[in-house]
Amino acid sequence: MKSLTLGHYLPGNSLLHKMDPRIKLISLFILIVALFVIKTFAGFLLFGAFILAIFISSRLPWRYFFRGLRPILFIILVTLILHFLFTKGGQVYFRWGPLTVEEAGVYLGSFMTLRLVLLVTTTIMITLTTSPISFADGIESLLRPFRRLGIPGHEIAMMMTISLRFIPTLMEESDKIRKAQMARGADFETGNIFQRARNMVPLLVPLFVSAFRRADELAVAMEARCYRGGENRTRMRELKTGPLDYYVLITVTGITVMIFVTGV
Amino acid sequence: MLIEVKNLSHVYMPGTPFQVDALKDVSLGVERGEFVGVIGETASGKSTLVQHFNGLLKPTAGQILVEGQNIWAGGVNLKKLRSRVGLLFQFPEHQLFEETVFKDIAYGPRNLGLEGSQLDERVRYGLEMMEMDYNAYCGRSPFSLSGGEKRRVAMAGILAMQPEVIVLDEPTAGMDPAGRRHFLEQIKKLNQEQGLTVVFVTHNMEDIATLAQRLFVFSQGQLALQGRPQDIFQSIETIREIGLDIPVITDLLQRIRSSGKTIRTDLFSVEEACREIVHSFRKKDGQTP
Repeated sequence: MKSLTLGHYLPGNSLLHKMDPRIKLISLFILIVALFVIKTFAGFLLFGAFILAIFISSRLPWRYFFRGLRPILFIILVTLILHFLFTKGGQVYFRWGPLTVEEAGVYLGSFMTLRLVLLVTTTIMITLTTSPISFADGIESLLRPFRRLGIPGHEIAMMMTISLRFIPTLMEESDKIRKAQMARGADFETGNIFQRARNMVPLLVPLFVSAFRRADELAVAMEARCYRGGENRTRMRELKTGPLDYYVLITVTGITVMIFVTGV
Repeated sequence: MLIEVKNLSHVYMPGTPFQVDALKDVSLGVERGEFVGVIGETASGKSTLVQHFNGLLKPTAGQILVEGQNIWAGGVNLKKLRSRVGLLFQFPEHQLFEETVFKDIAYGPRNLGLEGSQLDERVRYGLEMMEMDYNAYCGRSPFSLSGGEKRRVAMAGILAMQPEVIVLDEPTAGMDPAGRRHFLEQIKKLNQEQGLTVVFVTHNMEDIATLAQRLFVFSQGQLALQGRPQDIFQSIETIREIGLDIPVITDLLQRIRSSGKTIRTDLFSVEEACREIVHSFRKKDGQTP
């Protein structure tokens, strides 16, 4: 359950919470582009300051910031080690037998790490302040123009909503089945990786069976209420774009253009 | 005392906004060979309680003793404990997973290290206890069975481990009346003929009143009442306050009494109640029954 807090929504009342999800998604996209355009540490500093300002204004607890970084710690570590050891050039900082750490390695390693950290923080900031439902609504609305190309926006959004909706249900179910099999002497904790994988069968089979059963029941329930896709459907929460959203969009675009032009 | 619970408390997800105090300072005991009922509203803590009996949940505070031994004191083999205290969850048919009924029932005993003819014997025992024909069922896929059959196979899977205690969490939920009666008969037999200790969790008062020798009534994570069903169901107000109800027959007898008749109200079976009502009404006419 705990690993799911990676992008778990935290209800709140900040400006970031109140923004139109569509604008948030577009801004996120633009910011990610900007992140990959930045060429200097000065650029990262500027970008980081901007993200930090938004993070503070969103009044999210700091521990969620760090918790979000925990899953990518391993990737960061691998990136650092690989760059330190294998990117050569410039001054030699450290030598141990055939291994050397050189200037270019340190530079590139820290550069990539910063990029990764900022990428994850920016994304987490958005997922922490956007409820899954408004997320799906935003995606549906953004995909609408692509309908002519055959992209089923409504269906994609509905699939997202349903899968998110069923995560807690399935977790509860798997906990129950795990306990039921443990009551029959099952052991999920010991043995090598192959034994463990085999021991998972009594958990996975019932879980799949129940997931299919639930899907079936949901399909019938939806059909009973005359669900027929997004055609002519109105919604309870209309998405509204306010002045705040335009300010944010202009600022984000401005920063990105600035990065492009100045080449920082 | 076979199972003893001392000052047990359990808190789910402590330290988060989702913290729930599921059990608060509960103490109780179950004797060998007894048939006890655990009743209470939904989320009153009864399922949480029974999951402590075989070490599936670890107490936040307090102790669980099985035959005087604290199961969390260290040195207790939980796997072995779980074979002694069998637990059948609600909707147990959802835990079936094997290709055949035989393999599914054999899952528990096999985890205990049994093989070959011993394993076969256990499977036969399980099916026999559930009054299911070995030859007719053992080769079939558990997924091809009816709901009631699946549930009995799941039960056979627990019985095949030959536990000393069997804990049943809402075993009759969603069963049709005939299936339910049959299932309850079998449980009763297991208790009376095999000497199996039974802990029966339910919120169906009708079932439990006739079956259990003792009842534990839970409300909001606390043990509100305990005693014989005959005594428990006399305190109508308390029972109703907790959000439960008394059996229909007790209710009827109570109503007759409140209309001014002398009548016993501690009966739960239709036959007994019938005799008592006839008896009571004749008495009024001044005749000897």
